[in-house]
Amino acid sequence: MSSIAQKQGFGAMIWDYLTTVDHKKIAHLYLTSGGLFFLIGGIEAMLIRIQLMKAGNDFLSAGTYNEVLTMHGTTMIFLAAMPILLAFMNAVMPLQIGARDVAFPFLNSLGFWLFFFGGIFLNLSWFMGGAPDAGWTNYASLALASEGHGIDFYTLGLTISGFGTLISGINFLVTIINMRAPGMTYMRMPLFTWTTFVASALILLAFPPLTIGLFFMVFDRMFGANFFDVANGGNTIIWEHLFWIFGHPEVYILILPAFGIFSEIFAIFSRKRLFGYTALVFATILIGFYGFMVWAHHMFTVGLGATANAVFALATMIIAVPTGVKIFNWLLTIWGGSIKFTTPMIYAIAFIPSFVAGGVTGVMQAIAPLDYQLHDSYFIVAHFHYVIVGGVVLAIFAATHLYWPKMFGTMLSEKLGKITFWFFFIGFHLTFFIQHFLGLMGMPRRVYTFGADQGWDLFNAISSVGALFMAIGVIVLLINVVITTVKNERVGNDPWEDGRTLEWAIPSPPPFYNFAQTPLVRGLDTYWIEKMEGNKEGMLYAEPLEEIHMPNGSIIPVIMSFGLFVASFGALYFLDGDKSWPLPVLILGLLITFGSMLLRSLKDDLGFHISKEELIEDAKGGKMDGSK
Amino acid sequence: MIKGLKKWRLFALMTALVVFLAGCGREEISTLIPAGEVAQDQFNLLILSSIVMAFVILVVTIIYVLAIVKFRRSKVGEDLIPEQVEGSAKLEFLWTSIPIVLLLILAVPTVYSTFDLADVSTMDVQAEDGEGMTHLTVNVTAKLYWWEFEYPEQGIVTAQELVVPTGERVYFNLISADVKHSFWIPSIGGKLDANPENVNTFYLTFDQKSSELEDGVFYGKCAELCGPSHALMDFKVKTLEREEFDTWVAAMQEEATPAEGALAQEGEQLFGADGAGCIACHAVSGSGKGGVMQGPNVATFGDRNRVAGFMEHNEENLKKWISDPQQYKPGNLMPDPKSLNDGKDFTEQELDALAAYLMSLSVEE
Amino acid sequence: MDLNKRYTPQTWPDHPETATMEGKNKFVGFWLLLAAETVTFASLFATYLALKDKGPSGMEFAAADLFELPLVFAMTMILLTSSLTSVYAMYHMKNHNFKAMQAWLMVTVLLGATFLGLEIYEFNHYVHLGFGYTHSAFSAAFYTLVGTHGAHVLFGLSWFIALMLRNAKRGLNTYNAPKFYLVALYWHFIDVVWVFIFTVVYLMGVIG
Repeated sequence: MSSIAQKQGFGAMIWDYLTTVDHKKIAHLYLTSGGLFFLIGGIEAMLIRIQLMKAGNDFLSAGTYNEVLTMHGTTMIFLAAMPILLAFMNAVMPLQIGARDVAFPFLNSLGFWLFFFGGIFLNLSWFMGGAPDAGWTNYASLALASEGHGIDFYTLGLTISGFGTLISGINFLVTIINMRAPGMTYMRMPLFTWTTFVASALILLAFPPLTIGLFFMVFDRMFGANFFDVANGGNTIIWEHLFWIFGHPEVYILILPAFGIFSEIFAIFSRKRLFGYTALVFATILIGFYGFMVWAHHMFTVGLGATANAVFALATMIIAVPTGVKIFNWLLTIWGGSIKFTTPMIYAIAFIPSFVAGGVTGVMQAIAPLDYQLHDSYFIVAHFHYVIVGGVVLAIFAATHLYWPKMFGTMLSEKLGKITFWFFFIGFHLTFFIQHFLGLMGMPRRVYTFGADQGWDLFNAISSVGALFMAIGVIVLLINVVITTVKNERVGNDPWEDGRTLEWAIPSPPPFYNFAQTPLVRGLDTYWIEKMEGNKEGMLYAEPLEEIHMPNGSIIPVIMSFGLFVASFGALYFLDGDKSWPLPVLILGLLITFGSMLLRSLKDDLGFHISKEELIEDAKGGKMDGSK
Repeated sequence: MIKGLKKWRLFALMTALVVFLAGCGREEISTLIPAGEVAQDQFNLLILSSIVMAFVILVVTIIYVLAIVKFRRSKVGEDLIPEQVEGSAKLEFLWTSIPIVLLLILAVPTVYSTFDLADVSTMDVQAEDGEGMTHLTVNVTAKLYWWEFEYPEQGIVTAQELVVPTGERVYFNLISADVKHSFWIPSIGGKLDANPENVNTFYLTFDQKSSELEDGVFYGKCAELCGPSHALMDFKVKTLEREEFDTWVAAMQEEATPAEGALAQEGEQLFGADGAGCIACHAVSGSGKGGVMQGPNVATFGDRNRVAGFMEHNEENLKKWISDPQQYKPGNLMPDPKSLNDGKDFTEQELDALAAYLMSLSVEE
Repeated sequence: MDLNKRYTPQTWPDHPETATMEGKNKFVGFWLLLAAETVTFASLFATYLALKDKGPSGMEFAAADLFELPLVFAMTMILLTSSLTSVYAMYHMKNHNFKAMQAWLMVTVLLGATFLGLEIYEFNHYVHLGFGYTHSAFSAAFYTLVGTHGAHVLFGLSWFIALMLRNAKRGLNTYNAPKFYLVALYWHFIDVVWVFIFTVVYLMGVIG
């Protein structure tokens, strides 16, 4: 197994990634494709800022602008931020709890390929008659009125990728519940594992309402149902409810893992145990819990009535409390520590003021009467970019630097990393701080142009300059990745030297079977405990070296997802009525999917074993670099 | 060196000042320059919450700066292993309870104001002598990229320019005729959505005469993405004192007078049923009901502040607009001029005539 | 895992469905999936309640006179019985009595198929009255809620049949026991959802 075939051809590598069920390789896939979509979404963002850099600009037409803004939001949320976070969850969480792999390796692969084909499908809309243009919220009345197939790409694409995400959520939950190493009690789990756990629970409960809403939209647009058709008794507010019952937890699905990443970073680079670990865990759970009871604060201006608005306003304010608890615990973690300003750490340091700024504007918007002014203005654009860029994207960049050695066995350049940071950080504040004021000055969001008579020219120009800075930062990061990959200087288990949790006790990158022997966990920050006690072997182990059972790789996830991809084209063009091919394509696609599903369930897949001798060989040769 | 630094500091200060002053925006549209009771209430909430939030930011910043200055590794030493503190129940209690107190400070005015702004119970109250309503009600219908304003008690309809009296509550019934829109006059008060399925009601108070403004009108916006020309779905608000408003209403209720002057008369001919038939969608009389005509009422066209809601109000722009509406407001529902004019574009002469006629439509003296 | 290991009722574990790590994972994972399914149906129920009796102005259909309780009551009884027979099957699975398990599963499948047939008959009947899928918001919400349940029944039946055929020759082991257990669990879930449909859609529709 691992002792053979060190060097493989390009084709073999592709085949390996197509069939892999290894959580670490799936993490590579998520990171690469999420990163690709992040670049696409970033280009769309630049187009938006170019269009708005001066009054009355005609760089983009009105219709194209709406497509760009819709795809920017949809891509960034569903196809960039979430998958990249899933990449880190996949890469790190099983290692943090000392698991062999996730609970369902096959489903892990299936989840990725569903997301991937869903994302590709959605983006193909650009080349096939126009992208969706009703905003990422896709409000029903506008979506039903939208011509062409843009909205259908949105609904079908998100349905497919949504299934993928749901599968991943269930997978992580089961992994954390069932596969923790001996001694790894819930209250010894690293905070990133905890936030993965809560975020997965949110995925589990939040995605079904979205899926149902998308189904309604599909049925209305393609099969003549009347869920949202007011003339036939439908009600468009139902979409808003379903969307936001999903949509609000969704922002916590994004931000909680970000909190987890920063919690790890603060502890590592302050060389100090997390202050108030228990409080941080309960704050995470509370935020997840409240996340489901505040959706209507996105709908204060819909006309739900004073009572509903007041109740949801108060419920929303409560969320500030656990979030504040987290901020102060992080501050006290740094306090009294020994701070090393590495690239991940400066992202974490920068995160605190950025996120606090986004958080306080969130509380301001919870004040329902004030929100009547702020809602759908540039103030809200500023707010959610402060929390998502200032929280999630900074976390993604920080984690990229932090976990790059663990994922690829080599360190990103610290120098270039800091250059990226400064460009991105300055650009971020330059772009979005000023947008608060644009909103207060009366500028509605999602406008493709504005008149010179509105008094918004200067601030929009400043904002566009900021966006350029952010773009430069991202380009430097890409250069960094290329240079690092070419240099390929290998690193050891604990390249940051102050690692505290289990993932730093294993080689970088880990062998494909993870820990040869399951470690024994003796407390929070278990690797740190062993280090402090001077354990030469790195860890204590809970079992003798034995043969390891591993799952087989499989191409079926790719085929299943591809089937749905094909079927979606059939469904999309089916109701045009003027073509003969859509129905056969729809049926063919579904046959591929269900056929491969049946094949999977009928064919016994018992996996294979790695013998003890091979493991010993591996350990001796030091060839634990994950290549199979 | 020091001189250069001083200059730089002065420059930075000036820049900051310019940005700060520009930060309030234009009085016609900025929420930071409230011109009505509702906007004033909301502005007060903004200030209150900003103060509370500034306090939070201050506390965080102080701890934060102290922490990153005091505990740098270069300062505390490379080999220091800090004490591994577990936490502190006292501190946790402290930073749980203080935010709760701060939130309570915000919660009370929030709840009060939420109910206050939604209180439309006086809307249908009759005057003591039984003569009409004490308050003005306007039925607003949002349509693909324009607004219709019906005054049901006065029996008049107008479009694109809302005319209201100052110093009293004006009640609005909002509905959409197509997709969802949102009705927003930033300097007067927050927005409320115009949904396709239900009527939303709220009130606003206009405390300043619009004639005092540089542009003579307040700016209104559609705040909900509604299609390609969402950005252009503007309307304007004229606020008049009560007597002026009553005069305006009376003028609106009169029958439209025939056009004067040869060019305008030619335009009227062309506008009418025997010409291009514009009148099938655009009423030229202010009296009537809302929701009847497909297009905006043009009875006050000559009095308006903008062409098509956003272009400067002159015959030049009007002619451009009529000759190619899709170019200026993509996705709007005005028919292609050719389809109205026997397959031909309007000639320059015809455009001049139409413009002259439309500009002559006025109810103001 | 050794597929060829032969079990006797004596060596058969007390909880064969969770005897292996894979079984334990499937067990937890499936309960989580059912949580997601619950939210799915909750969304459908909420939508149905919001759109009940809503349609174009002057709509001639209303829940109160459209639904016919006797047929639906019969369907309910059949599905409830099938849930009971699947319990018998699981009882025999735990006792390592493969033949009896297969027999009871067969009964379950037949009852489920009958239910599905009656549901198709019911839908067909409404469509012939003019209450088609595209008729109104009410019809869309009704068919989508009840039809989603029907699709679950169909999927459950296919799953039962696939498992029964695949394992007909090789009997029970700890590899397939979790699979049988999960499909039975799924079947109970479908049954519970139907009880809610019967109450909320039909009983409250006709009476309330």
